[in-house]
Amino acid sequence: MTTREASDYSVVNRYVENAKKAWYKFSRNKMSVVGLVVIVLIILSAVFARIVAPYPKHAGAFVNYAEANLPPGWHHLLGTDVFGRDILSRIIFAFRGALIMGVGVLVMVVPIGTVIGLIAGYMKGSLIETILMRITDIFLALPPLILALAVCAVMRPTLFNSMMAVCISWWPWYARLVYGMASSLRNEVYVRAAELIGESRFHIIFREILPNCLAPIFTKMMLDMGWVILTGASLSFVGLGEQPPTPALGTMVSDGAKYLPDYWWISIFPAIAIMIIVLAFNLLGDGVKDMLSTEE
Amino acid sequence: MGINLLKRIGLSIFVLFGLSILIFIISRVVPGDPARLALGPRAPEWAVQKLRQEMHLDKPLYTQYVLWLDGLVHGDLGRSLVTRRSVTTDIKEFLPATLEIVILSAIVLVFGGIFLGIISAKFTNSWLDGLIRVISYLGIVSPAFVWAIIFVLIFGYNIPIFPTMGRLSPGVVPPPMITGMYTVDSLITGNFGTFVDAFKHLVLPAIALAMGGMAQAARITRSSMLDNMGKDYIAAEKAYGIPEGLIFVKYLLKPSLIPTVSVASLDIAALFGNAFLVELIFNYPGFSRYGISAMLNKDLNAIAGVIMVLGVIFVTINIIIDFIVAYLDPRIGLAGR
Amino acid sequence: MGDLVKIQDLYVWFRVYGGYMKVLNGVNFSVGKGEKVSIVGETGCGKTTTMKTILRILSSQAHIPKGEVLFEEKDILKMKEGEIKRLRGRGVAMIFQDPMASLNPVFTIGDQLAAVISHSGVQDLDKEKIRQLSINALKEVKLPDPERILGSYPFQMSGGMRQRICIAMALATERALIIADEPTTNLDVTIQDQILALLRELVTKRGNSLILITHSLGIARENADRIYVMYAGNMVEVSNNEELFCNPLHPYTEMLLGCVPKLSGGGIAEGIAGRIPDYLNPPPGCRFEPRCPYATDRCREEKPDFVDVGNGHKVACFKYN
Repeated sequence: MTTREASDYSVVNRYVENAKKAWYKFSRNKMSVVGLVVIVLIILSAVFARIVAPYPKHAGAFVNYAEANLPPGWHHLLGTDVFGRDILSRIIFAFRGALIMGVGVLVMVVPIGTVIGLIAGYMKGSLIETILMRITDIFLALPPLILALAVCAVMRPTLFNSMMAVCISWWPWYARLVYGMASSLRNEVYVRAAELIGESRFHIIFREILPNCLAPIFTKMMLDMGWVILTGASLSFVGLGEQPPTPALGTMVSDGAKYLPDYWWISIFPAIAIMIIVLAFNLLGDGVKDMLSTEE
Repeated sequence: MGINLLKRIGLSIFVLFGLSILIFIISRVVPGDPARLALGPRAPEWAVQKLRQEMHLDKPLYTQYVLWLDGLVHGDLGRSLVTRRSVTTDIKEFLPATLEIVILSAIVLVFGGIFLGIISAKFTNSWLDGLIRVISYLGIVSPAFVWAIIFVLIFGYNIPIFPTMGRLSPGVVPPPMITGMYTVDSLITGNFGTFVDAFKHLVLPAIALAMGGMAQAARITRSSMLDNMGKDYIAAEKAYGIPEGLIFVKYLLKPSLIPTVSVASLDIAALFGNAFLVELIFNYPGFSRYGISAMLNKDLNAIAGVIMVLGVIFVTINIIIDFIVAYLDPRIGLAGR
Repeated sequence: MGDLVKIQDLYVWFRVYGGYMKVLNGVNFSVGKGEKVSIVGETGCGKTTTMKTILRILSSQAHIPKGEVLFEEKDILKMKEGEIKRLRGRGVAMIFQDPMASLNPVFTIGDQLAAVISHSGVQDLDKEKIRQLSINALKEVKLPDPERILGSYPFQMSGGMRQRICIAMALATERALIIADEPTTNLDVTIQDQILALLRELVTKRGNSLILITHSLGIARENADRIYVMYAGNMVEVSNNEELFCNPLHPYTEMLLGCVPKLSGGGIAEGIAGRIPDYLNPPPGCRFEPRCPYATDRCREEKPDFVDVGNGHKVACFKYN
């Protein structure tokens, strides 16, 4: 029993040790920490938007023409829009849609792309590989934003449908990334060994190959969060995302653009919000890359 | 080389064929009843019926596809429901305008990006390098439509040296239609004043579009040059007395450009995607704006046509980039991807 | 007295995060005209750094606090750009360790040979002459079909062929000194001997000086007139080829010789306990002290200098003064 306890203790110790080392690698670049802090703040403000936002009611179909187009000031830190709604409050509520977009798309896309990439990569040279990768090629034959726009266009414009549209244009990139790794990993000695002792294909693909692909997949996910949110904003920019009166960052930018330059704050602040969120996820992604890299 | 080119083109034709199926599914199958969708819920039933017949929606799916593909191959993309003209005619009118922007943008992207990357690598860790790196980071994370808005704000009102609206200034007569690109047509017909005006209208949209890709290219060029600087072959070339300037511009630059050019196809593809948004802001009557209005109006024939054309363009760009990469990197041997 | 290169009390440090890596710690070294010298030592002991200093191709993090590197009596460290260029073009050529990495992957062999030749300071070169010199150089290293090789890329060649090409580059034009940095480490055993024999033959024929860096005492014994033993940034012993093997003086040399597996008896040799010191915080005295069975207090505090025990046999160890 004592040895058991001792080994449990050392396992815990090892986790703590690994976590410390990971944090050291991550935090070596101060900008990664800045990115992490900004993202935590954004997530918290999105979750507690009702408490954090100064005028929660302004996130809906609120109209007060008496306070329309006010420049940034003490009552409205980032000014108000043409309907007299507080822009800061609307940005905070728009973070919700943006984060749901980012998380939702990646949750759907990563498993699909990974499984397709793993199967095609492991079965390299077979008919299955040809079929899967040619289909992937077809989806890659269009710039992602255009494919997403097209799919969005034929469906009813909702947040969920725009997420589906982004998914359709996004999975092939994961399929291709994982395919590349899997097709080289399948020649590794441990995979060959597993084949020789008669392990099932399922075991080889998911227990031998997949664990070795996780670090790059995870890094790409972190970096992609920003890009997915940006793509979502681009869709809502042309009116193919979340519909008014629910606030969406892209819609706010495009609506405000009509009132440039006199009421510049209506479109510039949401645009800066998009930049900050994408920048923060990029910084975080770089940190995760440092953290998962094997070199010291 | 010839065989590989044929192979590559063959594969591309297959991909385009697959793409046509995908687009057919998007424009005819996903929407449920495309005719009803196109005409809106309040259109009378007889009008919907008529459109159904026109679009062959009363026939089985595979017949519909074959008919659609047949039209596609013969350059007949059907009739636009919004402009009431043949989609092919519309595309012929609007595509050159966007090509003008995208070509200029691609030139800015590739040469600007490589130039900034080289400067940054040459003066590593100087203030200039720092400045370029900060700007690149901003460039990468800021979407093209944000740059477009910033440019409109600055150049439209504060420093009005470049126009921010349309293709030509009011009162300037468009050149006769030859290629459809105003800059090219005005040069061909020797109308220099019109050329300058048309070119000025391209500058801001093109730069707004190029910013992201240019920043990306600068970053990749810089890091791959720094990476290669530490390679043995550079040390060896130095040891053999080859002047450092020559090493930098020839023996270091060529291998370092491979990753930059490899991702350029993606960046240039992104140009077409972002042109959809940038043309809206600059109120530029181009292909992308046509595409957006088709999408917002559920103009299914126009949507399918626009996407198919973009697919063909993108696939062609990919082939060209593959060959440039193969020229830079003899190890690839043009074996395809 | 006929020394082509003479290095005196050379220190080279590298700026890294957390201070300086004090790699070279007072190196003394010389090679005479037409002499073949070998430097033997473990990986990471500073052999390559010493050679890169001769060519002034150290990375930008390098810092030289002290020392002289004389080439034909002139200090390389004080040379101006033009002189350095002449030195690299006519004086010294270096053959690198990894032939896979020391040829530019995206240029043809012909292009790279031509670049080397046209910057070697040879007068009146034209295209045809450069081509002729390139072909001759390839013929000299016994590569078949040189014209085809000129148009090929490095990735189309095997490792042995590439190392021959590197030798051809070094010897394409007249140079006083050839530095070969572990030229066979990354090659198949069967090819190693061929490459070394070729190098030996060409250098002897032309009367070049040769510095052969290796971590194999066997290779040094076969190819050098004189052998330096290097440990952690110091030359610890130098002597004639024969003498070193009959009468090793420095404890490190003794232990190195003890590591060589013997054909008869003895079984597998034991290694040397311990490892190369941390260059960030090296031992203040003799750098071998932590691993040395004979270490005394003096070794811990003071750095030993070369002592001549006669016949050009020098050793840096307090046991001998």
